[in-house]
Amino acid sequence: MCTSFKVDMFNAVHAFNATGVPAHTAGVADTFKAALYLVSATVDSTTTAYSSTGEVTGTNYTAGGVTVTFGTAPSSTSTTAFITPSASIVYTTVTLSTSFNAVLIYNSTQSNKAVSVHTFGAQTITAGTFTLTMPTNDSTNALLRLA
Amino acid sequence: MALVTTIYGEMDDSLLEKKEGSLDNDNETTSWVEYWLDGELVHRSVNMALKRSVVGTAIAASIA
Repeated sequence: MCTSFKVDMFNAVHAFNATGVPAHTAGVADTFKAALYLVSATVDSTTTAYSSTGEVTGTNYTAGGVTVTFGTAPSSTSTTAFITPSASIVYTTVTLSTSFNAVLIYNSTQSNKAVSVHTFGAQTITAGTFTLTMPTNDSTNALLRLA
Repeated sequence: MALVTTIYGEMDDSLLEKKEGSLDNDNETTSWVEYWLDGELVHRSVNMALKRSVVGTAIAASIA
């Protein structure tokens, strides 16, 4: 498979069938968001779209989460295409008293369709800030990779 | 002296007990800071660096 095609997939360049193909405006990126989920929630690779079921609730946390910034264009090295948010994902001055252990990244422009789920050790936040620092944006470490 | 956001609003850190910790495994590198007031947790912040990214495998199909 052509590596350029993998990069194109990140950019929604190809549409093989009209069914379910969302509208895109040339030169305009979709908006992506990151929502946090409780330990008791079921979010994994079978998740197809954002749902408020099992999402954290608490002071200063807005249902749906926060916007994720993809300021750097998708790229490739060797045969791997990759992209990583260009800024940390930050939930500022929140209180999330019930343990959570997953973040869902989803496309809020395209019917909240799921992109990826990342799990981690259970956490709570008390009148504090939860910061998810992004990995290095390369073919080995990028948050999203197509190999 | 520094102010810390707590469940009771901004407080002088000299009035609080500070606890810090960290975790490093194959999945994440995490550090946290807590402030306690008379045995009550009044502030907890977490900074987490995810290590395990999501990899999709694109398989080239052959044409028979």
